[in-house]
Amino acid sequence: MARTPLTLDALRTTYGPHLNLAPPGGWDADPEPDRLVKTHCCFCGQQCGIQLKVKGNDVIGFEPWEDFPFNEGKLCPKGVKRYLQGNHPDRLTKALVRTEQGFQESEWAPAMDRVIQGIQDVQNKYGKDAFAVLSGVSMSNEKSYLTGKFARLGLGTRNLDYNGRLCMVSAGVANKKTFGIDRAGNSWADIEGAEVIWVQGSNIAECSPITTDYIWRARDRGAKLIMVDPRITPLGRTADLMLPLKPGSDLALTNAVLHLLNKWGMVDHAFLAAHTTGFEAALEAVKDCTPEWASELTGLPVAALEKAARMWGEAKTSFLLHARGIEHQSKGVENCLSAQNIVLATGRIGKPYCGYATITGQGNGQGGREQGHKCDQLPGNRDIENPEHRAHVCKVWGCKDEELPRKGLSAQEIMNAIHAGEIKGLLLLCFNPLVSLPDTEFTRAALSKLEFFVCLDFFLSESAQHADVVLPSALHEEDEGTSTSAEGRVIKLNKAVEPPGDARPDWAIQLEIAQRMGQGKFFDHLKGPEDIFNELRRASSGGTADYTGITWKRVEDEMGVFWPCPTEGHPGTPRLFEGGRFYHADGKAHLQPTPWRPAMEVVDADFPVWLTTGRTVFHFLSGTQTRRIGFLVEQCPHPYLEIHPKLAERFGIADGDPVEITSRRGAMVLPAKVVKTIRPDTVFVPYHWPGDLSVNRLTARHLDPQSKIPEFKVSACRIKKTTADQLSPELAELQRMAYEARTNQAVLPERVF
Amino acid sequence: MVSDEYGFFIDPQRCIGCKSCVGACAECGTHKGRPMIHLDEMDRLNSTQTAPTVCMHCEDPICAQVCPADAIKRSEDGVVHSSQKPRCIGCQNCELSCPFGVPIVFSGLEQMLKCDLCYDRTSEGHKPMCATVCPSQALLYVPKHEISAMRQNKPVREFTVGALKVKTRNALMVPDPDKPLHLDAALLLAEGGW
Repeated sequence: MARTPLTLDALRTTYGPHLNLAPPGGWDADPEPDRLVKTHCCFCGQQCGIQLKVKGNDVIGFEPWEDFPFNEGKLCPKGVKRYLQGNHPDRLTKALVRTEQGFQESEWAPAMDRVIQGIQDVQNKYGKDAFAVLSGVSMSNEKSYLTGKFARLGLGTRNLDYNGRLCMVSAGVANKKTFGIDRAGNSWADIEGAEVIWVQGSNIAECSPITTDYIWRARDRGAKLIMVDPRITPLGRTADLMLPLKPGSDLALTNAVLHLLNKWGMVDHAFLAAHTTGFEAALEAVKDCTPEWASELTGLPVAALEKAARMWGEAKTSFLLHARGIEHQSKGVENCLSAQNIVLATGRIGKPYCGYATITGQGNGQGGREQGHKCDQLPGNRDIENPEHRAHVCKVWGCKDEELPRKGLSAQEIMNAIHAGEIKGLLLLCFNPLVSLPDTEFTRAALSKLEFFVCLDFFLSESAQHADVVLPSALHEEDEGTSTSAEGRVIKLNKAVEPPGDARPDWAIQLEIAQRMGQGKFFDHLKGPEDIFNELRRASSGGTADYTGITWKRVEDEMGVFWPCPTEGHPGTPRLFEGGRFYHADGKAHLQPTPWRPAMEVVDADFPVWLTTGRTVFHFLSGTQTRRIGFLVEQCPHPYLEIHPKLAERFGIADGDPVEITSRRGAMVLPAKVVKTIRPDTVFVPYHWPGDLSVNRLTARHLDPQSKIPEFKVSACRIKKTTADQLSPELAELQRMAYEARTNQAVLPERVF
Repeated sequence: MVSDEYGFFIDPQRCIGCKSCVGACAECGTHKGRPMIHLDEMDRLNSTQTAPTVCMHCEDPICAQVCPADAIKRSEDGVVHSSQKPRCIGCQNCELSCPFGVPIVFSGLEQMLKCDLCYDRTSEGHKPMCATVCPSQALLYVPKHEISAMRQNKPVREFTVGALKVKTRNALMVPDPDKPLHLDAALLLAEGGW
């Protein structure tokens, strides 16, 4: 029974989160480094270039890397302070094995023995597929690739998936359907000359801050910005047209835009005829999507919808960007397809300053979804159920078709199967599902049912607290490899320091387990990440995500190479679809019909308020790393409820008041942040925190039927003012930590006044 | 010497409130974890507007004028420096008098430290730390002659503070008065009943 072995307080005392406030040796230590290591940020999909200052075996700070072309030295606060995750008091440096008394530190060998025994016990008793692997896309391409091979050949399980399932998979499915390839259509350089930039469901200023400057550079040249979001975000504040729509109504907006483009004769019929199929069916699906109809669903005035369509229709060049806002819906795929339809209808793609992209959220969200650690995919973005694709990968891996498992369950489906008792064992890495999956208490119950649970992590994440064995893994700066940014640019991650204690890279741990499981014949030739990358290149060869021509050396020499890159002489492909050539067998883009349907949960008399969730600029995803860095916690210590004063007034809520928020899944209490920058029918909570403060206690396990992405962005809730004694003690602890970060004093002073 | 060719341009319109500038300022080799600049929310109830405050580097700095210990110096290149440690008496006159709210007398240190345009970096031809990392380039450090081609907003280097005229080395970027601002979100708020 994988319950947590200690109380929350006891876990916190030993494993944190504690704050790292200063570099090794403190601020008075000599700041001069021995060397600067050029690498990239460990956080979001922009993968900004950064130089780490290294002294001995410590990262002591950073220096901007102005020569790296994507960000030219720019960094968000997470990038500035990322180095403080090293030399951290919470860092795991020994294996942990659960006992009756809690976690005991263990030497590596006995811990590994227990891991092998645990996996074998589950698989012998319940079958290979009863042991699942859940991974993440903050991992390098090499680790992502190896994880796919490790799960399938090392463990022989089909049940492997990843937290990219919570990221951009809706866009991935849509990209494949429409374009026949799953990548951003353009490098960000094409943003700068676009006349109109359409941003839908993306809080760019906070979630991909460096992209802000690309958009402003376009605006300096006269570009107009259309922002679509239920909240007026920091970039939305300055937009030429801000469309604050109801959560879950994005499809109505883009369908109405296509309807109007057609009605007003703003469609590029020559382009559609030459380079696409399916326009008639797409049009048929929006024939009743008048602005009046869309106005009802979106809550936006007809004039605003018409203005947006006109701005979009009249532009000669444009760039459409979207992110989790439209993808985290039970119709996430259709939302992306509809956005692609308004791009294709104008023919503005595959040309300079004509672009389309999802802004990938996780560090290697792009690369991770190509290398085959997704339940339905093989390397090269191949389909695991396609016989030709299987044959290619079997050849590279040296296995027989019957040795290669078939399609397994997706991330949320794996958790559902654990809860249902169908999956009994789990290896978890680079994923903190107890914070990041919807319906937190369901996830907690599921993790408690596992018969054997091993976790690889560098901190004891909330999910790792449930594990039987935790193996200490390496930080980003303690390993080497490549990553693929939101643009599709393959970049090089360089090692700055050695991992401390017994910590070792995920790939080394996987290779050891595979060897111990008797599958060494598939893995023994891989001595390190460069070997893994070179095998990845062969495995990707001929696939849409073709890395064949990309070498580590090229990536460093050229400051990144854009895939597809099928030969070493190939320059890489910053802009896809040039000349109207798409990646389906017929060379055309395939527009898909996108008939309207509502969210899985809508507001009603019992739950009358829309709830939407998202991020803040100071934290990354489940917060395992950023909730341990002093400066970031100081700026944003805990979650809050963003609520419009009109809605607040109806419930007698003032700024700072404790509010009980209840959905069909659960309830939580948070302080109110009363702001006019959100729709009056909608509340917002950021999701980076665990336990009582996890807004995913309230979100639902409703999935998009195609992409299996949960509908994080649309829930129904009710709110009421409550009393301060209902606030979680966790909140007070986080406020104390913020005080500590500000003052370096660990204890809050008693109130004098 | 800091090159006279380069200018520092501050454009709050672009600010996204991320505090990268503040965090990076603290990381600068000579600052030892103390940020010399700050960033504020303007009116969070109504807007996400935030604004960074860095030293404007006045031509005739008021902080220096009011310093009873003559501890604050402006170098020939127009940079106003932190107080000189042996002279500073920590009286806070500079803090109270600065029209932009820049100098900070650090308790414990009992000395005024301030934004010195990252003198260690800019005197060697680099950008200041904050303007290097700023994701939206609300803080911009570029050759002065490039600004009019780069940005639609216009640089202002003269301010009236009470009866005082203040001229500064750094510039505040303001919208061009000849070009109307689009504020269609406000229109929506009115129509949508916000």
